Amino acid sequence: MKGPREEAPVRRSMLVLLALTLAWVGAVFGQAPGSRTVILSTTTSTQDSGLLDVLVPRFEKQTGYSLKTISVGTGQALALAARGEADVTLAHAPSLEQQYVADGKLQNRRLVMYNDFLLIGPAADPAKVRGEESVVAALRKIAGGQARFVSRGDKSGTHTLELSLWKAAGVRPGAPWYIESGQGMGATLGIASDRQGYTVTDRATLLAFARRVDLTPMVEGDRLLLNVYSVMEVNPANGPRVNAAGGKAFADFMLAPETQAVIETFGVDTYGQPLFVPIAGKKDEDL
Amino acid sequence: MDVLIEGVRQGLGLLLGGDPEVLTILWLSFQVSGTATLIALLVGIPAGAALALSRFPGRTLLVSAVNTGMGLPPVVVGLFVTIMLWRSGPLGELEILYTPAAIVVAQAVIASPIVTGITLAASRLQMVWVVLREARLPMLAAVMAGFGGVISEIGASMMVGGNIKGQTRTLTTAMVLETGKGNFEVAIALSILLLALVFGVNWALTTIQQRRPG
Repeated sequence: MKGPREEAPVRRSMLVLLALTLAWVGAVFGQAPGSRTVILSTTTSTQDSGLLDVLVPRFEKQTGYSLKTISVGTGQALALAARGEADVTLAHAPSLEQQYVADGKLQNRRLVMYNDFLLIGPAADPAKVRGEESVVAALRKIAGGQARFVSRGDKSGTHTLELSLWKAAGVRPGAPWYIESGQGMGATLGIASDRQGYTVTDRATLLAFARRVDLTPMVEGDRLLLNVYSVMEVNPANGPRVNAAGGKAFADFMLAPETQAVIETFGVDTYGQPLFVPIAGKKDEDL
Repeated sequence: MDVLIEGVRQGLGLLLGGDPEVLTILWLSFQVSGTATLIALLVGIPAGAALALSRFPGRTLLVSAVNTGMGLPPVVVGLFVTIMLWRSGPLGELEILYTPAAIVVAQAVIASPIVTGITLAASRLQMVWVVLREARLPMLAAVMAGFGGVISEIGASMMVGGNIKGQTRTLTTAMVLETGKGNFEVAIALSILLLALVFGVNWALTTIQQRRPG
């Protein structure tokens, strides 16, 4: 039963199995040619709100491109695009975006839509910030009273905005009252609700989680709480194999009147109110 | 508790009702992890057998490396495979990042040391070919451990696959997404499907294993 003669068939059958596996992998997982594929790096909020599920099939149908959406925090989405690992990016961190554009990594930044952020907190409102008009003043009170605050802490668009607000307030937040979750907006809302702390959230995610979050709006409507989404094309010089034409096609699609009309009504069915306001053609200073 | 009960109810509904999106996800998870396990067997069994049979300087070091590899964190594999497969990376020309093929690669890397380690541990000196041919036990144990490890893995699948709807969304990445969206019932439903899939595969393998040889 044993000996060298027995090894040969085993080895041969192993080789046959290997060849079959490779052929199968090729057949099952084979890809369409690269130039018809567009990679979009974007934020979790566009994905979690369900907007992309509506827009992506329309884009693919209109243009014939196949779109791969990589949805990560805004910081990572922009970094991937700047490396040429994506062809186009949809983000919501204006100051960070402008930096990348100035460096020549991203180009043709155009505003797509906006919604807003809110400062929310426990109904008991230990820092007495409810109804405050200025979010910066409210954050000063929270820091002053050392009231618990839960931050995303993940370099996302929301986190970037939150940090700019602390900076404007002249406060450097820290432990023990300041908690960093390091997770997405949904998980962060859960933690803030559980620990009864204040947090900054985008409206779309708050609406999606409304049933499970025991926190109430404290400050909203401040100009600083505007959440602006822009689309940017990746500079083909950033790396090999950037699909510049495909990236531009998606950027153009986001600004087309038909797409903007879809954005305008998106969310009404589910939440009774739209989640985003389309703003194609506007500039940062118009808002 | 309501969430759990509702999730279990929805899970059964999704499984029995044949929701096309869920079936796509389920089938993709099975295909990807099955292929990765197969590749791991092709790599791990010869490697484990060879290691068991041979004696050479530095063998202990290599065996320790295999044993470490059995606990390789998927997220580490995901990171390195992602960087290798980047357009700007050494394997960028393949253009397989964010495709199921990328997940297969990452999962095969995770499962191979598991299969190697189990084969190595199970193989007796000189007996290795007999073991491979006649005793199904170590191979099946390797399959179960390898498949169980990769089907439930999330870090690597998320990173190299990108969780793209209809393309690279697996049971585990879909679960994270649905949790992120606040759809806890759907997430629970998906986890029940995952458990059912793992149980089904293990049941089938255990049945084969316990059948008397010959």
